[in-house]
Amino acid sequence: MKFSMEPQVKMARVRMPEQDPQVRRCNFKEVNLGLSEAEAVQEAQRCLGCKTRPCVAGCPVRVRIPEFITALACGNVAQAAHILLADNSLPAVCGRVCPQEEQCEAKCVLGKKGEPVAIGYLERFVADWAMRHPDLLEPETAVAPTGKTVAVVGCGPAGITVSKELACKGHDVTIFEALHDTGGVLRYGIPEFRLPKQIVDIEVQRLRHMGVSIECNVIVGKTVSLEELQTGYDAVFIGNGAGLPTMLGIPGENLKGVYSANEYLTRVNLMAAWRDDAATPIMRGKRVMVIGGGNTAMDAVRTGARLGAERSIIVYRRSEAEMPARVEEIHHAKQEGIEFILLTAPLEIIGDASGWVKGVRCQKMKLGEPDASGRRRPVPVAGQTFELAVDVVVNAVGTQANPLLTATASQLELNKWGNIVADDSGATSLQGVFAGGDIVRGGATVILAMGDGKRSAAAIDDYLRR
Amino acid sequence: MFEILSNDILAPNVHRMVIRAPRIARVRKPGQFVIVRVEEGGERIPLTIGDADIAKGTITLFIQAVGLTSLKLVGTPVGNHLRDVAGPLGQPTHIRKWGRVVCIGGGLGTAVLYPMARALPAAGNEVTTIIGGRSAPFIILEQELSVFSRQVLVTTEDGSLGRKGFVTDALRELIDDPQRCPQAVIAIGPVPMMRAVAELTRPYGIETIVSLNPIMIDGTGMCGGCRVVVGGETRFACVDGPEFDGHLVDFDLLSNRLAMYREDECRMLEQLPDELRARIVQVKR
Repeated sequence: MKFSMEPQVKMARVRMPEQDPQVRRCNFKEVNLGLSEAEAVQEAQRCLGCKTRPCVAGCPVRVRIPEFITALACGNVAQAAHILLADNSLPAVCGRVCPQEEQCEAKCVLGKKGEPVAIGYLERFVADWAMRHPDLLEPETAVAPTGKTVAVVGCGPAGITVSKELACKGHDVTIFEALHDTGGVLRYGIPEFRLPKQIVDIEVQRLRHMGVSIECNVIVGKTVSLEELQTGYDAVFIGNGAGLPTMLGIPGENLKGVYSANEYLTRVNLMAAWRDDAATPIMRGKRVMVIGGGNTAMDAVRTGARLGAERSIIVYRRSEAEMPARVEEIHHAKQEGIEFILLTAPLEIIGDASGWVKGVRCQKMKLGEPDASGRRRPVPVAGQTFELAVDVVVNAVGTQANPLLTATASQLELNKWGNIVADDSGATSLQGVFAGGDIVRGGATVILAMGDGKRSAAAIDDYLRR
Repeated sequence: MFEILSNDILAPNVHRMVIRAPRIARVRKPGQFVIVRVEEGGERIPLTIGDADIAKGTITLFIQAVGLTSLKLVGTPVGNHLRDVAGPLGQPTHIRKWGRVVCIGGGLGTAVLYPMARALPAAGNEVTTIIGGRSAPFIILEQELSVFSRQVLVTTEDGSLGRKGFVTDALRELIDDPQRCPQAVIAIGPVPMMRAVAELTRPYGIETIVSLNPIMIDGTGMCGGCRVVVGGETRFACVDGPEFDGHLVDFDLLSNRLAMYREDECRMLEQLPDELRARIVQVKR
């Protein structure tokens, strides 16, 4: 019998309902509203259920995508949730912030002739459903405690994933978090309008229910040393992130009104400075310039608009095609009236007599030969500089490894950028010490950190059972 | 949660609070600080650890109530808990044998100075302490500092205690005396005071250490809000400091950046009940 993919190809990919751009530009509520059950089931029915499962290979945590989508297509959401939750520790987060267009959806066979299955939207639907219906989920089967203890440094995506996986295997896990609250970048970095903090709260609550203990305000490398954790626990996982902003290295960087994206977003997200009654202040500029082209830059520039800026502007030295940000974020930003000034690099931040930012002198760029990253290198166009009047500048060009922990652990092997050297299983140069996420990769994504956490958990489990 | 074990008033709006924080008490060293959040939703503020008792598992904090958060902090009664205390953060004081060291504290800076000054004699230093303040009630820790200081000199702007004038007047006399001229000066207090001390010692080449108090959020190097310029280079006070070579610090930039949220602070203070606001205004002058 000849197999036909016609019916699925003809069905249009579902559209994500969104808040109106003019309305959402002025609030911090979530932009994407989520699919209805009918929409989700219909979208799930587009899936071909390929035997080769290319989408699974595209997923860093190897979610059994065809299985959960097939269950959903039959209307069995509980079964879909059971599969998804078993494979992914943070599905409601991944369904919102993963770059599916480069991962699972990029591999979808339907995408070759038309549009891929909206795997991310379906993941989000099933995960949100599971949060609303905990009573309808299959109860987790209790595992016998192994008596082994694991210390996890950092309560971000890598730390949460490794903890959940290890707790499922019966190990006794304690997370040490430097900040006063959980979630890492999910809490301090990604804004409410893209990832509501209530979702992080529920995920962390689930972790606690599994018996994982979380101690905030503990800075490993300061409050306790790595050595103490090695002595006190059977294994250690380091997932403390890449928290050290890269400076622009241009004049005027220390003027009042210049922020690193980390500071800008931490004030707004972790410290809730967007609320009128917040104790932590933030400069609400009339004209906000964000330098950079990644997801962090998009988060910052859209935050600037929501804080009331009349103009909120991205300045990026390459063209849109080279932007590391997700297509969806760029699209949403444009809908919200964010201005993109591309092929432009900042030369100098200009201040007024009282030390406040009043503008940025910029250099027009053009694309030259490809550099080591394979992207075409931006080169200055001689004689083409201009000045832009702004009162807030946010530097979102990237982060480096934070040396707070690694500086106090001389035996831990680092690469030349200060990142921890770890193999595919997360194993470091120290026996029983594993690492993953941005402290190993430099600035990467939530899902890659989670993939590291998942692989490290398997390796730690092996190590503990040896 | 971190229990408040005592809360004493040392000077107008200056409190000494002892907090139960065994993990921090165990490892803190002179010169280090903690980040405190009084309550859910509150600000994170850095405070120098004034003292610690490992056996009792406590740390001592000195707080000057100059804003909404510090006012809430000193208003928290004994037996209550602080929501968050994280640390110890920053580099400990690099204590060496200098010989003669003059320690200078201005206002609340005297409390920040105290743990560092106390660690000096054990390293073979002779300590002379200068405490400065607006008037007599603002002179704190004179008794405590005299325990290990060869001499404690007090200066007040109105002459109500000690000599009338500024800490620099007392320091100049010591420098001019060959028997007393210090090999190092540690100066901690308001930015204008630290700047004046650094300018005074510069021509003599006397090593001068200052402790900087820029605006901070996380205290772990993540946000970079506390950046200062030292010797032409941008440094983060939270991880590289808080102590730096006073001759290399860009004090103009520091005071400029400290003023970043002054309007917000004023607006918040305006929302306070009159009685509380009067308390702060009186101290801020």
